Amino acid sequence: MAERTKKQRSAPQREEATPTDSETGADTENTDRLKEELDGLLDEIDEVLETNAEDFVKSYVQKGGQ
Amino acid sequence: MAIPKVCGIETEYGIVVRNAEYNAVTASSLLINAFLGRSNTRTAWDFFDEQPGNDARGLLLGEILAPEVETHLVNTVLTNGARYYVDHAHPECSTPECRTPSEVVRYDRAAEEILRLSMERALALLPAGGEIVVYKNNSDGKGNSYGCHENYLVDRAVPFGRLVNQITPHFVTRQVFTGAGKVGCESPGSMPGDIAYQLSQRADFFEEEVGLETTLKRPIVNTRDEPHCDPAKYRRLHVIVGDANMSEVATFLKVGTTAIVLAMIEDDALGDDFTLAHPVTAIRQVSNDPSLRATIALGNGKRATALEVQWKLLERARSWADRHGLDAVTVDDGKRILEEWESVLTGLEHDPNDVADVVDWVAKKRLVDGYAQRHNLVPTDARLKAIDLQYSDLRRDKSLAARCGLRVMVDEALVREAVDTPPDSTRAYFRGTCLARFAPDIVAANWDSIVFDVGRDPLKRVPMMEPLRGTKALTAELFAASTSAADLIARLGDAPQT
Repeated sequence: MAERTKKQRSAPQREEATPTDSETGADTENTDRLKEELDGLLDEIDEVLETNAEDFVKSYVQKGGQ
Repeated sequence: MAIPKVCGIETEYGIVVRNAEYNAVTASSLLINAFLGRSNTRTAWDFFDEQPGNDARGLLLGEILAPEVETHLVNTVLTNGARYYVDHAHPECSTPECRTPSEVVRYDRAAEEILRLSMERALALLPAGGEIVVYKNNSDGKGNSYGCHENYLVDRAVPFGRLVNQITPHFVTRQVFTGAGKVGCESPGSMPGDIAYQLSQRADFFEEEVGLETTLKRPIVNTRDEPHCDPAKYRRLHVIVGDANMSEVATFLKVGTTAIVLAMIEDDALGDDFTLAHPVTAIRQVSNDPSLRATIALGNGKRATALEVQWKLLERARSWADRHGLDAVTVDDGKRILEEWESVLTGLEHDPNDVADVVDWVAKKRLVDGYAQRHNLVPTDARLKAIDLQYSDLRRDKSLAARCGLRVMVDEALVREAVDTPPDSTRAYFRGTCLARFAPDIVAANWDSIVFDVGRDPLKRVPMMEPLRGTKALTAELFAASTSAADLIARLGDAPQT
């Protein structure tokens, strides 16, 4: 759609055009950091994941709600 | 002219009991009573204006004060203006009414904190080794779902048919940034392994376009008509189609974009060109496609991706804001919603991993995919479903969402303060402050009234039919001057415009 193309073009401009939004500039850095952390996070999952995943998943039964 | 979008969120939490023999209802009651034990007083929910069929045992104050482990359906009002209760075998917490989406985020986080405090305090009431664990998700992976509902104040003058037609495309397509992510599939007739991963926890459970049900044949637009305020002026749109989000920004976007779209509908600035041909089919198509490339059928015979529909909604929201202003959601919140909305769509379009710090389904998918790759697991491996469930575990030392770098919006100190203190900006301020100051003289309370017992007179019901009355600005002086509940009521009689 035409609007989408327009927005795709405008998106990078936004980062330059709104320097007051400090979080925007940090987004790319943030994403890189997240990628680096993923490996460490996967190590951590092995430590904190419920010890018997199969039992945990099987016994996670809820009554239906709204 | 769009009216202020007073809004709130009600969340039913998943609950698991370990090393103790309690069913889910008893465990939920125990959890809530454990939290209420923090203070000496507790106030029952008043069912006065609720539909028949709801359990009225909450009115029996004596029963509610019974020992914690008894199976009574606890239903209380908190000093922050929230409602905390047992609903359908789940602990449920409804935020107080908030004036802005960012305030909803703060009180949704406070609700999490309330559940966390409940879990910690419950440990002392359980046998050694026993534990109650709460999950902020919406399905057990076995076909049972429980909700995270949003509520928005809407002008009664808007024809309901227009509301239904024009909000549906947003409900179907907003999943691209509101979805909490799910391993597997639970739609009727499907097997869990039919879909390895999908955007939404809830999409599998929607079978109708519009209707009154909330527990069976759930509709995309729910027609429950309980305004909990002046019914001649207002409607409360009760939204049951959303996921519970761990990401604060996702909650902000969910409530913020929906509030803006509703304001646009009130101003008749949206039009019908986003109408979908088959909303129920479309909600699953969108959820089942993490590539975000699937197209859904529009009413005009064309097809579009969910992202394309969202870009168009954003574009129309911007032009609506230029013409009508952002007062409906407040200017500060409105600007931030539009910025975050563009940012998340841009990221999703470029590479969803760009918004792994904002969108729950992306954050969760990174964990699931990364773990599957590392250990060479098939999509149906129980460990991947365990990651899905544990993402929403509210225990800090177990929660995976707490570890994956989600962007924080609300200062932790403000969250803690919101556990006990109401928002300034709505009638929740009046409710919460009355409870904090005069709880022993309050028999019961609900969204639109408080019932006082000040001794010699009959019980006195103070109505609160206007959500934007009873704010701090309007009542701080009244509270400062009132020395007792009786004094407050006398002063209210003199000054009804609070």
